[in-house]
Amino acid sequence: MVKMIILVVAYLILAPVIGGLLAGIDRVLSARLQGRQGPPVLQPFYDFFKLLEKEPITVNNVQDFYVTCFLLFVIVTGCFFFAGLDLLLVIFTLTLASVFLIIAAFSTNSAYPQLGAERELLQMMAYEPMVLITAVGFYIFSGSFAVADIVSGDKMAFPYMIGIFAGFVFILTIKFRKSPFDLSMSHHAHQELVAGLKTEFSGKTLAMIEIAHWYENVFLLGFIFLFFANGTIAGTIIGAVVCLVTYFFETFIDNNFARMKWNVAINASWLVAITLGMVNIVVLYFM
Amino acid sequence: MSYVTKSPWVIHYDGSSCNGCDIEVLACLTPMYDVERFGIINTGNPKHADIFLVTGSVNEQNKSVVKQIYEQMPEPKVVVAIGICANNGGIFRECYNVMGGVDTVIPVDVYVPGCAARPEAIIDGVVKGLGVLAEKRAAMDGKTEAPQTAGKEEA
Repeated sequence: MVKMIILVVAYLILAPVIGGLLAGIDRVLSARLQGRQGPPVLQPFYDFFKLLEKEPITVNNVQDFYVTCFLLFVIVTGCFFFAGLDLLLVIFTLTLASVFLIIAAFSTNSAYPQLGAERELLQMMAYEPMVLITAVGFYIFSGSFAVADIVSGDKMAFPYMIGIFAGFVFILTIKFRKSPFDLSMSHHAHQELVAGLKTEFSGKTLAMIEIAHWYENVFLLGFIFLFFANGTIAGTIIGAVVCLVTYFFETFIDNNFARMKWNVAINASWLVAITLGMVNIVVLYFM
Repeated sequence: MSYVTKSPWVIHYDGSSCNGCDIEVLACLTPMYDVERFGIINTGNPKHADIFLVTGSVNEQNKSVVKQIYEQMPEPKVVVAIGICANNGGIFRECYNVMGGVDTVIPVDVYVPGCAARPEAIIDGVVKGLGVLAEKRAAMDGKTEAPQTAGKEEA
């Protein structure tokens, strides 16, 4: 119980710090890959605090409520995960959070966020099957949906779930909002939807979306960690290293691909879910 | 120390420029000058922008567009007029459809002359704009007076 509370509090405090630092290193790394020097590592924090200082502009008063709910449920998702609760509950709460962001975008009644919101729905369609397959895979492997049981298992899941791992890394590109699947909103300028989903959000509201994104990233890296955790120090270290490698691998992919169309995103991620995910589950079932 | 000066996001609008200044603005984003070193990002979205870069003179057709972009930007915001056309109309000044410089439509804080303005001059202008941005931010808290817009000088 005490360990659970410590983990949740640590997540609440450290996740934005780690998420922001990762975003900063990501930007420096992207710049270096493009032959530029890039911003300071702390730049995402400067951006965040600047957004808090800006004049609040809202198109529709209800949008701030929805964005606050988005942030709240992303945090709740992470808390459930790090408290070691049920993996299915974690996934459904994450979906609820995403739905709040989509409703927020629709509530602005503006063309660009609405198109972004429609694409976000398509993206959810693309990544949800693989996320569910990951949860089912962990259940078949460890006999429990509870994160606490999966982490304390004495076998490392990775060798048995290598296909599911690859599939999960594939859909992480969508969740991290990286090219080629950054359809609904993007950190890069001049995309065809202006800023997509977040076009109408500015100031504090945009800052909330940013910090929610950092919380979400750290929670998703926790998922990666789950593949390697086996209760030993070696497993923990390998897990942490693989989390970092995965994150910067996504940065590398981001810099090497153009944005794809939505049907490519859906086709590709469902194909990956069916081939890598389902085949792996069948193999796990007979093992 | 205000964070506004550490992460200025810009929006770039081409009034009726010949594209000379636009190419120089975009050159600032390339590896050669790399303004992201100072946290400057080209947003393309007025609601996220702090600095409004306008190139070219303003004419009857795009007067409302320039006004609308300016009004959509949240405070504190700064307008930088880039190139002689944006400063006072340049060689198009006498045209029947040209209003003149950007300051005939919206208040301008920094003038960057040149035809075309060099990337170094543009970066210099934006950095000057950061000072104005900090002053405007302080004025929002009610501690100081809002800064006056720069007086227009005839070229």
